[in-house]
Amino acid sequence: MPAFSAGDRVRVRDETPRHHHRTPQYVKARRGRVVEFIGAYLNSETRAHGGDGLPRVPMYRVEFDMTELWSEYTASATDKVWIDLYEHWIEHDRGTGD
Amino acid sequence: MSNHEGEFYDTGWRPKNDVHRDEDGRPHDHPGLQEDTSLGVRAARALAMHELLVEKGVIGPSDVDEDIAARGNVVPGNGAALVAKAWVAPEFKATLLAHPKQTIAEAGFVPEHNADIIVLENTSDVQYMVVCTLCSCYPGRLLGPPPDWYKSLEYRSRAVREPRKIMSEFGLELAEDVEVRVVDSNSELRFFVIPLRPPGTEGWSEDELANLVTRDSMIGVSAALTPDAVNA
Repeated sequence: MPAFSAGDRVRVRDETPRHHHRTPQYVKARRGRVVEFIGAYLNSETRAHGGDGLPRVPMYRVEFDMTELWSEYTASATDKVWIDLYEHWIEHDRGTGD
Repeated sequence: MSNHEGEFYDTGWRPKNDVHRDEDGRPHDHPGLQEDTSLGVRAARALAMHELLVEKGVIGPSDVDEDIAARGNVVPGNGAALVAKAWVAPEFKATLLAHPKQTIAEAGFVPEHNADIIVLENTSDVQYMVVCTLCSCYPGRLLGPPPDWYKSLEYRSRAVREPRKIMSEFGLELAEDVEVRVVDSNSELRFFVIPLRPPGTEGWSEDELANLVTRDSMIGVSAALTPDAVNA
């Protein structure tokens, strides 16, 4: 069962593992919302090092406000970035508001 | 409540030495994105790898050439035909959005073979724009080989920072109340955008409409052509 569902507020883990990973720097430690659970995918972090990518890892489409990513972003308050992230890269955001 | 605390994925992979060294034994670190200035070295490495793969029998001598030729034969027109069909047939558009891979195959096109494809629809309220910040993921089976600018460091870094400025450079001025969604691709999925159908095209045939659908409008950096632009 996926650990996150649409609408969940999440924070991207601020990690820099030494192995291949596809979570870009600009979203690390940033807060966003889960758009949807999109399925379980082969793990590219192990495939890149000769593994078979199993077990599959749940992946989520996560949206970030541009203003969360870039403090100088003023073009529009509603503009966003969508990016697909593996489950182990996100955690529930227990920051402000709770 | 996170149940993932302390369970960060560990692939078990470790570098052989803590100090990285390059081919000439010089220690180095990874200072982040750098301008590509060493294509000569990369090309040489690619050639050497190709020779090794052929020598070890992993691939045949002509496999790579054939694959490149097959990709080169794909033109943005494949994507444009899909878009035109989606514009005139709402039920086709609905299934294309809901079951992209299957619908693309049923329409007679080759879907991405090594990745899922997601179809996104631009509307008068939302403009999707596709980038791959980490490399150059692209729906090549529908649009052909990606343009050089799509693969450039400049586009990849600016797309997630100033998408409206890029669209403006491509001739698209969006109203502020249109929500921009920049979609950053990864290795498992490819994104394909259905641009907004231009006004003044009521009653047009699929073939006529397909002429308005540019490659760039299916990446989301520009709009489809207007009837005026085609007749001019």
